[in-house]
Amino acid sequence: MPIQYYIFLALALFSIGIIGVLTRRNAIIVFMCIELMLNSVNLLLVAFSKMHHAEALTAVADTTIGIDAQLFVFFIMVVAAAEVAVGLAIIVMMFRNTHSVDVHFLNRLKN
Amino acid sequence: MSITEILFWFLSALALVGALMVVLSRNPVHSVLWLVATFFAISGHYILMNAQFLAIVNIIVYAGAIMVLFLFVIMLMNLNSEAEPRKSWMMQLAGVLAGGCFMMVLVSLVRQTAELGGKTALVKEGNIGLIKQLGMKLFSEYTVPFEISSVLFLSAMVGAVVIGKKD
Repeated sequence: MPIQYYIFLALALFSIGIIGVLTRRNAIIVFMCIELMLNSVNLLLVAFSKMHHAEALTAVADTTIGIDAQLFVFFIMVVAAAEVAVGLAIIVMMFRNTHSVDVHFLNRLKN
Repeated sequence: MSITEILFWFLSALALVGALMVVLSRNPVHSVLWLVATFFAISGHYILMNAQFLAIVNIIVYAGAIMVLFLFVIMLMNLNSEAEPRKSWMMQLAGVLAGGCFMMVLVSLVRQTAELGGKTALVKEGNIGLIKQLGMKLFSEYTVPFEISSVLFLSAMVGAVVIGKKD
């Protein structure tokens, strides 16, 4: 598959995530859009890893060039799992204090 | 059109429709379910690129654990689908324009990049995505980051418990 197709797909997913973060007021949906953006970056990393692997295979057979990007994706998933645990705890605490998950209630820090 | 291309276009369409429905759904539970569909489509892309380990981890961690956590929180809060107030249409238009401009700029940038012309991502072949290769690399070169990530998990767990505790 041409690498541009994967880049365009990841860009479209990332842009949809940005639009979701900017247009929704529900904190949980905003958080889910952040997860969507993380996943689009993961997809792009795997595609680039396979691109470099294809280039290296033409020179040397049985090479493992490109494996680092896939391990990077693994660590991104690790960080995302930790982030979700803390983020959802923060949203639950916010709901307990304001009885709403509307992000507009959080502008009280402004004044 | 080979079966690989058909699978690629089908999975891409599924991912994009799922992502759009996450943003457009009024009910948060439907958003979570569409996001699970998107994650399954991305896992299908990983399998298509023979990154088997990442495909399985994506399904187990994202579609399995994280999305169930989201569903659990939404059901805990008993969020009503009509309860959410909408942003004003000016703000929504500004958000869509900002995201669209971002995508337009980057798409035109990629289209003009000469270095990417003719490059292809290897599909169906290559053995770097297999568990054996990744495990050898993870436990030889990347041992220290792997252990540090366990400390990160521990601190995240303690942090979540401390934040979520009632005073």
